[in-house]
Parts: sequence; structure tokens; C-alpha cells
Amino acid sequence: MPTSPRPRLAVWKFASCDGCQLSFLDCEDELLSLAGEVEIGYFLEASGRTLPGPYDLSLVEGSITTPEDTQRIREVRRLSKRLVTIGACATAGGIQALRNFARIEDFVSSVYASPEYIQTLERSTPIAAHVPVDFELRGCPIHPLQLLEVISAFLAGRSPAIPTYSVCIECKRAGNPCVLVSRGVACLGPVTQAGCGAICPGYARGCYGCYGPMESPNTPSLARAWRALGSSRRDLLRAFRTFNAGAEAFRRESEANAD
Amino acid sequence: MPTKKLSLGQLARVEGEGTLELALRDGRVETARLRIFEPPRFFEALLRGRAFSEVPDIVARICGICPVAYQMSSVHALERALGLSVGGELRLLRRLLYCGEWIESHVLHIVMLHAPDFLGYADAVAMARDHGSEVRRGLALKRTGNEILRLLGGREIHPVNVKVGGFYRLPTRAELDALRELLEGARREAVALLRWVARFPMPDYERDYEFVALRHPSEYPMNEGRIVSSSGLSLSPEEFDAEFEERQLPHSTALYCALRRRGSYLVGPLARYNLNFDRLPPYVQSLAEEAGLRSACRNPFQSIVVRAVEVVFACEEAFHLLAAYEPPEGPSIPLSPSPGEGHACTEAPRGMLYHSYRLDRDGTIEKARIVPPTSQNQASIEEDLRLLAESLLGEPEEILCGRCEQAIRNYDPCISCSTHFLRLAIRRS
Repeated sequence: MPTSPRPRLAVWKFASCDGCQLSFLDCEDELLSLAGEVEIGYFLEASGRTLPGPYDLSLVEGSITTPEDTQRIREVRRLSKRLVTIGACATAGGIQALRNFARIEDFVSSVYASPEYIQTLERSTPIAAHVPVDFELRGCPIHPLQLLEVISAFLAGRSPAIPTYSVCIECKRAGNPCVLVSRGVACLGPVTQAGCGAICPGYARGCYGCYGPMESPNTPSLARAWRALGSSRRDLLRAFRTFNAGAEAFRRESEANAD
Repeated sequence: MPTKKLSLGQLARVEGEGTLELALRDGRVETARLRIFEPPRFFEALLRGRAFSEVPDIVARICGICPVAYQMSSVHALERALGLSVGGELRLLRRLLYCGEWIESHVLHIVMLHAPDFLGYADAVAMARDHGSEVRRGLALKRTGNEILRLLGGREIHPVNVKVGGFYRLPTRAELDALRELLEGARREAVALLRWVARFPMPDYERDYEFVALRHPSEYPMNEGRIVSSSGLSLSPEEFDAEFEERQLPHSTALYCALRRRGSYLVGPLARYNLNFDRLPPYVQSLAEEAGLRSACRNPFQSIVVRAVEVVFACEEAFHLLAAYEPPEGPSIPLSPSPGEGHACTEAPRGMLYHSYRLDRDGTIEKARIVPPTSQNQASIEEDLRLLAESLLGEPEEILCGRCEQAIRNYDPCISCSTHFLRLAIRRS
């Protein structure tokens, strides 16, 4: 009987810190067995050997910030049967989307002496703003076990089991005392999607929202709770404007607290 | 004479996007350019207007491979701006955290990215078919580094536990005991890793670099020290601008950092080792000598061996730090915002990382400056490539290109940091 060929996987990078790709290499125990299940067709950070498309599954890290990349992402989509975006840059524009709230000229000239050499777009945008995306895996960075779940699900042809409820659910399950209720610490957990394992409350600090908005976030209500704890509007503006500043619910709440 | 452009595909196993361009004319290398086109993300601009307390979380996102380095340089610079110094057991925990990142980052580079060059494989997965136990040992060592990061940082990539003034929470005794057991094994495995890479075939190539690294009165440098060089430089991080300058060139989105009076220099494991051999414990010194290194090493290809020496050191150091640790009173020292300016350098796995910040009265960032190791090494990489390519012009293109890629990886360049995949293009006349 003929054996079916192994599915071909590709990993692509746009504007990002490489951390989500590294999550892949951080699956130390599973890495070599995964490499046996799939054929790695394109993953420049790990290998100089590339195989031609089409790819059965493409993982895309990073956001779109240059004119060239708006074209390159279309080519990646064309070569990919399934396309999954990984991380806050790819799903929301990343920390570099803070430019969306400023004048890009000011940003470029404050870093580079000769701004004319720098080609950049005014906005940092998620991949889904440019091409159809089959699944978005959240996180800054993504969680390695969630990544393995997504890859396994796509290889098996089922939907990934990635919860969209809030960090609070994970936090209760981890047995943490609520930092907001018991210690009055400002926490974004109630409006942030689970997935990280509620690390920050586990380390005695408030969640800072690196997995982006949960499925039905009530940000105005949380903002009122923060104000009652003594947070200023500027604190709220800053809190909603970090790694997922470009995600709709967080963007709206940050603007509601802008002067 | 006309020049012929030859594209040699993409250089992989580096962190970032760029190309290498060689222009050859009349049997000489006219130019060697490392073109970096990693899209700029403007961190120094987006930090302005943020609270000082947000900085360690934000700058971690410059690099997923060495977030702790960014966190360490930032907290030290900010603490100087606020006029405070974090000592004692909190300082010890920061050094332990940095050991975790050195182990994780160095082993990733040695085993997954660089070793395939020396042994002639396309990647670590292919190499694992013939060298399975070495690759598995590498992954286990890397996991130990990551365990340190997970415990002290909350997670390995973008740790959440580092703050200006110390940490959010201290590790418990039980957590540290578990780490200690892991480190006992890692100390042996690190020595085996060093003996493995010491047997790799080494290209014969030496250059008279100006090495730049931190130097501490008694320790192998991580978080503190004066900036020293092999040409006699000795200055405090506050004086960085007096000796170093950043230049922008049209072909790169990374700024070039150079010595004002002398030009290119080299930071990273090779520089640290050459300038601080006497700060390594005698046990590590003798293992380095057994691996064929002397107290001075000017062959950049041997940086893989030096990196393995630093893995041995980091495992030893982490083990002893753990043994010496006594829980302090609290996880951080209290602080209040005040205006000021602070500078700091720490030793990222890839080399010295400079940060400076100016704060206003309520602790808002007015100005931020960050000079990552890869932008400091950029000029040196190009010089290496020019000299190396010139010595290999008689060789087939495949050998020339392979050696150039290997030479770029000597630097473990992190192009995400400096502004990211290298593509090699040769123009021949």
C-alpha cells in the first residue's frame, strides 16, 4: 500500500521579535517527534533547506509594516493550503502598532538620522487585514502547548481546541487568590483571553493583556473598577495600549481614555 | 570591467532578515555588505511617554531569544536614573536569571544553528539522524536554561517577573531545590557539549579585533562592570557616547555602531573571553585549555567553543548562586518616581547591550536609547567577510558561500534585535 506523504509545513516571519517561532523550538521534548510527523518545507530560522510550495500548513509570525510585505503575504497565502497566524504581532499588529496612534514621521526621525532610507508603512496591521486567515493563535508570545494543539488539529483536520474565555477562569483553576479583589492590584485578567496559564497573577502582579481581548470583554466595566482602585485615565490608556493595542476591544477602550 | 550578479539563495539559521552582498572585481573583493532589511519597529520612539515601570515588559519584545538581556539593561539603567542600586540576594537572583538566558540562547545557537555548519548538515534535524544523542543532550541543556527562566521569570519568552527595583515575587525554597537537581545534571552535560564542539574541524583564520566587553572587579561579567577593550579603553556606561557613535548607512535598517576614533570592534563571547579569562573559575579555565583554547583566542570560528565554555561557566555559576541564596526580606526595594538620566550596559548572550533613559518628574520616559550587540558587530562582520572571501576566491562558489554563511553565524547575529534571514548575493566582475 502506498504511504501518504508527510504534510509540508512552513514558518514565515514578518515584523516581529522571533519569539513565537522560538516557541516552536522550545517544544524541546516534542520537537524531534514532530519533525518526524511533518516535513519542514520552509523554516529559515531553523534550516537552510527549503522545499517548494504548496505548503499544507503555514504558520505566520509578525505584522505587516512595509510596502514589500503587503505583497509577500499574498504570495505566502497563495502557496498555503491552510494559514495560521501566531502571536500578537500577526493577530493584532503587535507593539509596533503603537505607531497607529502617532505620526509615523516622528517615529522614523527620532530613530534614524536619514529617514529617507527607511521604507515603512504608517500603520502596523495584522495578517488578516491583508489575506484570509484560517486560524489566529493569540499571545505575546504564544504558548508552546497551544501551538502543538493547533498543529495537531490542522494535521487531523479538526478545529483547534483553544479556549476564548478569560484569564480569570485559568487563574481560579490555578488556585491563585484574586490580585484585584484581595490586594487591589490593577489586572486586565477579566477582559483578556486565557492561554498563558494566568502567569502574572501567579507572580503577584496584574495581568497585562498579552493574549488580547477575550470573546466578550466588558472593558468599560473593568475600567470603572480600575478607577475605583485609584488608576488614572492615563494608566488605563497605557494598559490597553501595549502588545494588542490594535485589537478592536482594546483599541476602543484606550481611545475612550485618551485625552 | 562589468560585474556579474550571482544570487546564492538564502542564508538561514540566523535570527532575522537580510542579505550578504559581495562585489568581486579583478580577483579582489571590492565590497562586502551585510544588508539588513528587517522592518524597523521604532522601539526608542514608542517608549517615549510610557511609565518607567512598563519598560522591562516592552523592551523584552525587541528580541524573543534574549528578552532577559533587554530587561536587565533596562532595569539597571532605570535604577541609575532613579538613584538606586539593587544589591544582595536580589542581585544574585538577577545573575541567576541571566545564567538561564545564556544557557538557553548559547545552546540553541551551538546545537541547533551553528553545529550543522561544522559537521556538514542543512539543519539540526538532519544532523540528529547521525548525531542523535548530541542533539538530544543539547535540547535537554536548553531546557535547563529555560527552567531557570520559567522559575524566576514566569515563562521563558518575555518573562513577567522582572521589575525596576527587583522582582514581583521571590522563588520558593521548593522551587529552587527542583532547579538544583536539574543543574547538577546540566553541569556534566555542559562539559560533554564542550568536549563535542572542541573536536569540530576549525577553519584556520585569525584577525586582530578590538574586543569590547564589560569587566567586573571579581566576576565574569553579566550585569555590571566597566566597558573595556583590548586596546586599553576603560570607561563607565555613562561615558558610552564619548567613545562610541551610531551611523546610518543606506543599505541597512540597523544602525552601525563604531568606535569614534578607530572604527569597527567586536562584542560577544569571544570578546568577553579574551578580556575576562582571568575571571573564569580555575575549573572552567582548565576545561577551556583542555578544549584547545588559550587565554587569548582570535579565530572567530572558535567562538562556538568559547560559547560552550560559557555554557559550562553559566551552569557552574547558577549552581553556586543557588547554593549561596538566602531569601531576602522582600521581592523588590521600594522606589518613587523622580527626574533623572541613567545608562547601563549588560552582557547579552551576543554581546554588550547599552540602554539609556531620561525620565521626567512623574517617571515618564522622555528619551530612550538602545544599542544592541548585532549593530555593534555589523562592521566587524563585513570586514570578516571581505577578508575571508578574498582568501577563498580560488575555491568553488559553494565552498566560498558556505564559509561566508558559517562566518556570519560566528556572531550569532540577532537581526530582530538590531532592527532580520540573510540572503547571499555575489557580484563578480
